Amino acid sequence: MAKVLVVTSGKGGVGKTTSTAALGAALAQMGEKVVVVDFDVGLRNLDLVLGAERRVVFDLINVVQGVAKLSQALIRDKRLDNLWLLPASQTRDKDALTDEGVSSVIADLRTKFDWILCDSPAGIERGATLAMRYADEAVIVTNPEVSSVRDSDRIIGMLDSKTVKAEQGERVEKHVLITRYDSARAARGEMLSIEDILEILATPLLGIIPESQDVLLASNVGSPVTLNNTTSAPARAYIDAARRLMGETVTMMVPVQRKGLMNRLLGRRAA
Amino acid sequence: MMNLLRLLGGRNASAPVARERLQILLAHERGLRGQPDLLGLLRAEILAVVSRHVVLDPEKVIVRMDRGKNVSTLEVDIEVPNGFERSIAAVAI
Repeated sequence: MAKVLVVTSGKGGVGKTTSTAALGAALAQMGEKVVVVDFDVGLRNLDLVLGAERRVVFDLINVVQGVAKLSQALIRDKRLDNLWLLPASQTRDKDALTDEGVSSVIADLRTKFDWILCDSPAGIERGATLAMRYADEAVIVTNPEVSSVRDSDRIIGMLDSKTVKAEQGERVEKHVLITRYDSARAARGEMLSIEDILEILATPLLGIIPESQDVLLASNVGSPVTLNNTTSAPARAYIDAARRLMGETVTMMVPVQRKGLMNRLLGRRAA
Repeated sequence: MMNLLRLLGGRNASAPVARERLQILLAHERGLRGQPDLLGLLRAEILAVVSRHVVLDPEKVIVRMDRGKNVSTLEVDIEVPNGFERSIAAVAI
């Protein structure tokens, strides 16, 4: 049965789009048929992170408004046969999304895919509420930083009240994904620890993605980090997270940054 | 308490401070969540009452709540077009 998973956070810039692309590619590599849907109308970026920016013809809004068929708007990944993208519109604004339109697109996608990953825009307005509206599961992307944790808490409250599942008295299955984690700084007490975040948010942990240059390198070339460098620390962390989404029990690894010789000699790298 | 934590954790250990600030803040914010929107309700009813006597722009009705330690204050700021001075005097909120 198809699963609708929203990747959300409240706060911007914490890694929602990167995580959507990385988890989507990891699930597709495991043989699942996956579509990643960009809900960030007006500020789309999932196409760019996936390297599909020049192949966008129709988008989610066109499908919602009946201008294009779903099959015309879906873009198949060039590297992975079972990974697809439904891009957002770059020219419209978020009001072009309607609840009924999103409902019908999601229902249609459910018949065609195993996983529907909805990349939420930042904020708590229409785009974000519609991205989570039909979700069965949610990945709350959180940085170890006070404003991100606060916004995650707010989003968790919305997942428990504003989704169709919540309104039917069911629960959206929620997972916290900690990104940009710097183990050295956490060890020195300069950064909220994993335990702190989990205690405050009272939500199970899906994975810990280390702060890493590999993430930027992957987005530079338009490839999900789980495809670009599968053995890098963030890729391994995302692949483990994807396996947990599939129901596997995978031991949680707290990523430890290995510093190169030069970094050691030069002392601490500036954050 | 925060100073104590700072002393215990060393100069750079700001994470305990972050945790404590978040716990206090979120306990407060979670309490507010799910309650009916008191300010919205007040604003709508005040607007309805005043509109019976004065023609006014709904955008110019501002209702604000400031929470203090012992008492909180409710501030109502209504901008009324000129020519309605008598009406304003009658509407004592």
